[in-house]
Amino acid sequence: MITDNMKISNIFSRRNRILLRELVITDFKLRYQGSVLGFAWSLLKPLFLFAILFTVFGMLLKIGGTLPHYPVYLLLGIVLWTYFNEATSQGLSAIVDRGDLIRKINFPKYIIVISSTLSALINLCFNLVIVLFFMWINGVDVHWYALLLPFVILELYIFSLALAFFLSAFYVKFRDISHLWEVLLQGAFYATPILYPVSIVIDINEFAAKVLMLNPAAQIIQDARYLLITPETTTTSIIFKDFWYMYIPFVIVGLVIIGASIYFKRNSGKFAENV
Amino acid sequence: MSKEPAIIIKDVEKSFKIPLDKTSGIKQHIVNFYKRKKGYREFTALNGVSFEVKKGEFFGIVGCNGSGKSTLLKILAGVYNPDTGGVAVNGSLTPFIELGVGFNPELSGRENIFLNGALLGFSREEMEAMYDDIVDFAELHDFMEERLKNYSSGMQVRLAFSIAVRAKSDILILDEVLAVGDAAFQQKCSNYFEDVKNGDQTVVLVSHNMEAVKRYCTRAVYIKNGKIHKEGSPYEIADAYTMDNILGTEGVENDALYENKKNYVRVSIEDEDRKHVKVNVDYKNTSGDDCFARLSVMNNGQGLANIDSDKNKPLRGAGKLQFTIDKTLFNPNDYSVGVGLYKVSNLEMMAATRAMGRKIFVVEGTDEDRTGALKLKDTWQY
Repeated sequence: MITDNMKISNIFSRRNRILLRELVITDFKLRYQGSVLGFAWSLLKPLFLFAILFTVFGMLLKIGGTLPHYPVYLLLGIVLWTYFNEATSQGLSAIVDRGDLIRKINFPKYIIVISSTLSALINLCFNLVIVLFFMWINGVDVHWYALLLPFVILELYIFSLALAFFLSAFYVKFRDISHLWEVLLQGAFYATPILYPVSIVIDINEFAAKVLMLNPAAQIIQDARYLLITPETTTTSIIFKDFWYMYIPFVIVGLVIIGASIYFKRNSGKFAENV
Repeated sequence: MSKEPAIIIKDVEKSFKIPLDKTSGIKQHIVNFYKRKKGYREFTALNGVSFEVKKGEFFGIVGCNGSGKSTLLKILAGVYNPDTGGVAVNGSLTPFIELGVGFNPELSGRENIFLNGALLGFSREEMEAMYDDIVDFAELHDFMEERLKNYSSGMQVRLAFSIAVRAKSDILILDEVLAVGDAAFQQKCSNYFEDVKNGDQTVVLVSHNMEAVKRYCTRAVYIKNGKIHKEGSPYEIADAYTMDNILGTEGVENDALYENKKNYVRVSIEDEDRKHVKVNVDYKNTSGDDCFARLSVMNNGQGLANIDSDKNKPLRGAGKLQFTIDKTLFNPNDYSVGVGLYKVSNLEMMAATRAMGRKIFVVEGTDEDRTGALKLKDTWQY
């Protein structure tokens, strides 16, 4: 029988786990194939990034204000955003890139999307190791609530996976979306308090700051900074003073994953024909 | 052989929307929406196809390009979902629509085997168990740690084909894969198919090669314009296909094997009725030597009979000859006809048509009569 691939019970079936593992391993093996330093690039890239950020924002522009450990604060934000960018961009083209497979073998399509976001997640883990290293050099006091970080990362993963589901299915039909998404990401990068502290926006217009903090990406990055680097970070819950508005980012993540799953499921049956 | 069905296909219909514009952009969709244009045309690839494949059968699917057989295969493999109708598969099914799907040139042969296996739904342990068998069959022991990009194309195909035939699966689906590797490997594949034909494994094979269909298949269907044109024994199907596709192109092809400006010979066939076939020969002989024509009847690349024109009536200049073959001398099968022009004095060939060319006549009949090419008269003594 042709089985419904999107049944929840099937998602972690044995066959799918094997396939997922094999795809992620292959992807990882191929990523640095042919480069002399190979795997070391996974660690070197965030190192260089930090050097640039520290020079430009820590020493020249000094927009960090009174925030303690601003360079590491910045690095964490950049690392999380890099993940978000990578996961959604790779996810977007995942289905189309594997078109030759989809046209010839029947296997659950969502596995491809998950595998592309997992590759980005593995990269994030390496980058976080570098972040920890600089936290140690900068003498950041780590509190016990840093242990809550995995939950924030999980939320980020779900959010990026949901977007990847939607984008990858949409991309099969409308190739414009890849350009559009590139532009949107550029805009979102500046609309999210990554380079600048939220306090700068609050000084100009408090309402605008509140709107910015409804963005799940902003909420996630600020929460991660709060947990890991400094409690002086302005998080969504702080800006809304624990009012119920603070839950809006979570609601957005929830709605996006439900909508994206339905959209993906509805379209995945025709991927082989349209891709 | 059990009679339990392995695959049931019922009333399968499938059509595709073929976009008329090259761009697949949002702009084009909006433009089409406002102009109330459809922006695509419908193409019905399969139109109500039903058949059953029994367990242990070696089932052939034949048809010309664009007849819908690849679509049918993809529906069997679950790559496409049918618009209406359904497919039921009993047992594990491994499709090889194309060999070496997901092969990556940067990975080693070994890694590629495991990746390919994972895509086909096999676990690492299952693949470990099959691994030695696959490498043995491919005869690539020394190359497994090399990257695939350093393989010759023949080696890549051998590896891919070995995975296909060594995959422990109840039902195997193969598309146009018989012509792979060198002669020795082809022989190996041929032996494998012979074994499978008599074994428990169910195989569905799509092929243009009628010799392969006749040799390996136990049953076949002929698909034409998205419908089942004929279903039956591989011989019946192969004959039907040959009649439609090879006889249909008669006169278009130049079957000359050897000719020059001075001399040529052409042959055409008129399939008169169930008993007679007329062979028309056009010749030109301006060499100045006396010549005669020799007509040969072949089957499966083997010569069956020759007949020479009267050497006392030598052929000179341009002219026509006709010979009527008595079809009742032959058992049901397809036969090709070739004609050569030879010098009477020393039997030197002056011109000839290809003996295994497209000049074919078919003797129709049931399978019980397919007992060799020539028909012997029944004069048993008891």
